[in-house]
Amino acid sequence: MNKKQKRWRNRIVFALVLFAAVYAAVELLPLSAWLGSEHAALWLEFALFLVPYLIAGYDVLLKAARNIGHGQVFDENFLMGIATIGAFAMILFPDADPHMAEGAAVMLFYQVGELFQSYAVGKSRQSIADMMDIAPDYANVMRNGELEEVDPDDVQVGDEIVVKPGERVPIDGIVVAGISQLDTAALTGESVPRHVEAGAEVISGCINMTGVLTVRTTKPFGESTVSRILELVENAAEKKARTESFITRFARYYTPIVTGAALALAVIPPLLGMGPWSDWILRGLTFLVVSCPCALVISVPLSFFGGIGGASRLGILVKGSNYLETLAQVETVVFDKTGTLTNGTFSVVAVHAEAHVDPELVLSFAAHAEAYSDHPIALSVKEAYRGNIEQARVREAREESGHGVSALVDERAVLVGNDKLMRAHGVAFHDCELAGTILHVSLDGEYLGHIAIADVVKDDAEAALRALRETGVRTTVMLTGDRAEVAAAVAKAVGVDEFRAQLLPQDKVAEVEALMAQTVQRSTKAKLAFVGDGINDAPVLTRADVGIAMGAMGSDAAIEAADVVLMDDKPSNIAKAIRIARKTMRIVWQNIVFAIGVKVVILVLAAVGLANMWLAVFGDVGVAVLAILNAMRCMNVKNF
Amino acid sequence: MRKVFKLQDLDCANCAAKMEAAINKIDGVEKATMSFMTQKLTIVADDARFDAIMDEVERACAKVEPDMEILR
Repeated sequence: MNKKQKRWRNRIVFALVLFAAVYAAVELLPLSAWLGSEHAALWLEFALFLVPYLIAGYDVLLKAARNIGHGQVFDENFLMGIATIGAFAMILFPDADPHMAEGAAVMLFYQVGELFQSYAVGKSRQSIADMMDIAPDYANVMRNGELEEVDPDDVQVGDEIVVKPGERVPIDGIVVAGISQLDTAALTGESVPRHVEAGAEVISGCINMTGVLTVRTTKPFGESTVSRILELVENAAEKKARTESFITRFARYYTPIVTGAALALAVIPPLLGMGPWSDWILRGLTFLVVSCPCALVISVPLSFFGGIGGASRLGILVKGSNYLETLAQVETVVFDKTGTLTNGTFSVVAVHAEAHVDPELVLSFAAHAEAYSDHPIALSVKEAYRGNIEQARVREAREESGHGVSALVDERAVLVGNDKLMRAHGVAFHDCELAGTILHVSLDGEYLGHIAIADVVKDDAEAALRALRETGVRTTVMLTGDRAEVAAAVAKAVGVDEFRAQLLPQDKVAEVEALMAQTVQRSTKAKLAFVGDGINDAPVLTRADVGIAMGAMGSDAAIEAADVVLMDDKPSNIAKAIRIARKTMRIVWQNIVFAIGVKVVILVLAAVGLANMWLAVFGDVGVAVLAILNAMRCMNVKNF
Repeated sequence: MRKVFKLQDLDCANCAAKMEAAINKIDGVEKATMSFMTQKLTIVADDARFDAIMDEVERACAKVEPDMEILR
């Protein structure tokens, strides 16, 4: 609690104690006997209850007076003021029971509720601010042989900064010296620390755990990961969900309607001779007590804010409440293959040597022939070869574009390449049953065997798809520019329902549009999410209902184009994001139904004279408190 | 021009919604969003008259929630 809230709390407690004392005195002491008349006792009660009432609510009355001067008729302070003053004024109707205690109590509980709201909102603002407390305050720069703490904004690109154990990496860069473990939990939700040493890229926001690191910065602070994330999450509140706009619109009509109904209820029935004025006025006043839509206008944005905050704790950045809302309705998930379901790097998956040949020999010749090439395929072959590559053994290495390479290794002619290369040189070869890129190897025109190279499926891709189905996603589709055989193999391995192969980037947009049409056909509310690595699928990310970019640590393009950004590259986080979104929406609707339901019931009961002010104050404050407590559950993401 | 302002003492969610509606009605304001949770006001408005518009925004807000302050 801050200072203002503490003063407020003390005032309310004081007023509550006073109220209890007055209540006890009025109930227990024989006031009318002492004063000699019922009438005098009533006015004494009136004066006594006025004291705690004014102590608790003088600020409400002041604000009401001020705002009515500004023409704000439907100000909640004003309405609450009218309702309570009205309750006190019932003393003017000699035929009615006095309602001073109720008037004072309504004001007291209203204030208790307001204080709680203010406290709860402050608390959630704080806890989300803490979650987002990944911004470093300073950077250590070596100047004149001494370490100096400077504002990270003042560090130039290319400067060397020192990150001590326990400190946050302030700016993105590359490690120049030092070995350490990095805690990336605040960014990715991943609890296993990352090992880094010279040459490794480090991302701002990570905590350096064990050793001192010297880092050469590659970006200014403002463009570093940490700044971009903070900006993104802070701007998320700007994009409001449809539910939020609905509540705002609802609130705009709710108060005037209820206030109008209160007036009508207080005036029309007694004019028609349906009962005493006092009774109907009291019913009207009860209406005013429940006329504030506070429970809704606070709890709905609070739920979205909590959901977005909770998700960011797991390394899932949602760019706005509207995307959280859409995410909850996702029934079709479309994946890009490379970099999303697969690692996006090539590795040797098998070496099939001819019967009389040693597989190591095949790899050795291939690695040597590719010694001078830096093609991704050549790199993966060299990586798979365990021995040393002696470049002295290689002569006349020549790339045959689109086919492979030829070279003299130990003065023997080696060919490494695809079917076309083998055919061009008249080498008899045979196919492989494996999907992927097949690299045939021949020595002096004789076939040695082939090496199968493929992109490796991510470890948790299959689990991710299972989790998606469990959350209620109906269709999963994989899109790829790759050949059909490769696509089929990956699709089978991870378990996607459908796949489309050999697509050009522009085909992917058309494909996603067709799938969106299909999804909407099945159910008008169903949405489609596209998941990509954000590098070359920006148009598709933008086109889909929700674009999800993965492995976005450090990729600016992905952060720009996507609506939801997964900081690490685990596909299993997609299901988590959808679950968080669904939970948030569930809580939002619980609150909407509960708050509106209770208010309508109280309004109906009050209209027929069954609800008193005590019940109405519960309908206002009690409902708001419960809705806020419920909304705060959105922040809790421990079980995801 | 798009600008973000921090808000101090924004205590009432309903008022935030009312102020947002009032600001959006001001001439020259293209789009305004007020976030109760982050206590921020984002305004997209006419470049040339931005300061004059902001004065008007302040007046509009003072009518609804006089305690709140826009930190400019």
